[in-house]
Amino acid sequence: MSLEKTYPKEVKQILAKYPPEGKRSAVMPLLFLAQREEGYITKAAIEDIAQLLDITTTEIDAVITFYTLYHQEKAGKYRVQVCNDLPCALRGADKFLEDLCENLAIKVGETTPDGAITLEAVACLAACNNAPMFQTQGPDGIKYYENMTVAKTMDVIQTLKHAGKEAE
Amino acid sequence: MAYVLLRHREIPDLHKIDVYKKNGGLAAFKNAVTKMTPAEVIDVVKNSGLRGRGGAGFSTGMKWSFIDAKSWPHYIVANADESEPGTFKDREIMESNPLQFLEGLAIGAYAVGAHTAYIYLRGEFWQVADILDAKIAEMEKAGYLGDNLFGTDFSLRIYTHLGAGAYICGEETALLESLEGKRGQPRVRPPFPPSVGLYNKPTIINNVETFTNVPMILANGADWYKSMGTADSAGVKIFSLSGRVRRPGNYELPFGTTFRELIYGEKYGAGVQDSRTVKAIMPAGASSSMIVVNGDDKVLDTPMDYASVRTLRAELGSASVIVLDDTVNINWVINKTIRFFKHESCGKCTPCREGTFWMNKIVQRVSGEDRTQKDLDLLMSVAKQMQGRCLCALGDFSTMAVTTGMERFPEDFQVKQ
Repeated sequence: MSLEKTYPKEVKQILAKYPPEGKRSAVMPLLFLAQREEGYITKAAIEDIAQLLDITTTEIDAVITFYTLYHQEKAGKYRVQVCNDLPCALRGADKFLEDLCENLAIKVGETTPDGAITLEAVACLAACNNAPMFQTQGPDGIKYYENMTVAKTMDVIQTLKHAGKEAE
Repeated sequence: MAYVLLRHREIPDLHKIDVYKKNGGLAAFKNAVTKMTPAEVIDVVKNSGLRGRGGAGFSTGMKWSFIDAKSWPHYIVANADESEPGTFKDREIMESNPLQFLEGLAIGAYAVGAHTAYIYLRGEFWQVADILDAKIAEMEKAGYLGDNLFGTDFSLRIYTHLGAGAYICGEETALLESLEGKRGQPRVRPPFPPSVGLYNKPTIINNVETFTNVPMILANGADWYKSMGTADSAGVKIFSLSGRVRRPGNYELPFGTTFRELIYGEKYGAGVQDSRTVKAIMPAGASSSMIVVNGDDKVLDTPMDYASVRTLRAELGSASVIVLDDTVNINWVINKTIRFFKHESCGKCTPCREGTFWMNKIVQRVSGEDRTQKDLDLLMSVAKQMQGRCLCALGDFSTMAVTTGMERFPEDFQVKQ
């Protein structure tokens, strides 16, 4: 694959943000771009970015594995990422996550059989006042859902599943 | 009291550039660039007593004056990595009063001679980045960003940059590494960023809330700003209130407001859920030392400013006040905080990488009723050995709740005889 061919406008915009001596800064936004379609970063994409920025694939691997929002394995179309850190947990996030698992009939880290949703527990998302909350990570980026109940979440998930099918 | 930072709560549509300008917006920036020298801007900020809102509380004007004038170009970076459990103030500012933040950043850029500014946002703030990109474009169109602003030789571009999920990138040198496209691991200091920062050039990094104060300070003067707050902590602060209160949220209050006012005030926290009593307060998010309350009036009546909170053997930090009531076991709390820090330790320095790993293992044994004195001693010993020995503050932060929790709430760590 070639990011420059698939997303010429986006690649140009990203590279324009940084000075020539700071070209490597583009690696993180380019990785998000490479992840957009499939939800994970392929070996081919890494080689492509390495060539584009004149750095090694090892250097890119080091970046990918450091940050939690980059993925190298296929998961559900949408990742539902529930915060259960201290402030959220003080407002019922642990119970919320447990009930959500039960409703989806999967454990944390697992994907629904239709391949639509992967459920994850993540670190603080800066929405402690609106717990329980989660974010979705999918083809359209990252979105927040706050002051949630399990019923409301199941509605969101239905909508996501529908949107996923429409796109295909 | 009129808002200084959360002005969108009083002025509808403040995020729109015409509304913002009608309410005095962008005049301070234009005035600074056309009528003031950078040194004069820095003096006003210095005299206002503004201290960094990211947690460290360092004088903003002083920091700006450290920029190395012998090395060019200069950069300015807004730290929008907001990741401390319990903090959610910068997000509200950027979503609802974005222009005031951007104006503050622009003024800062002028003051330190930077023609390029970056906003480093935590990767999850995808929607916030979209908002800021749109506002930056509007400012460019209106002639407030770009080349030769207001007919002067000052030019400025602002760019957003998304991280990808790493708490450590809120540490300023880790942020710079990340912005350079590397793993977000802190640098050894000195040199400090005002001499060697982004791309090895002089760089000033401030928190979003810090920048957002600046337009109001320039518009109304240093004395006006100092008239709010306390002698030690000038001005106003956004307190992010979370945990077991009835009304969690962001509350902008002058420094020196008491914990009681924030937690029990009808307009603020409105009291503890289920009318329980406050057992403990963590004033600086998960990095806090635990303040023992147990209904003690004296503690609740302590003013929230840097110096007063220190008398309670804690730090105010970023003022992310987590309230724990008497149903909460401190044992469970440290289990949560250690798990967080173990996950977020960057792995660069040994005490933090190994320390958080082992604390996380031991704390799970300590959680159960069959905990042993040996495990408790070991946990305390690991935590104390980390303190003062890590490369950056994360290592120390990870131990604060552990040592103070165990020392100040021994009843939650009892060993069955």
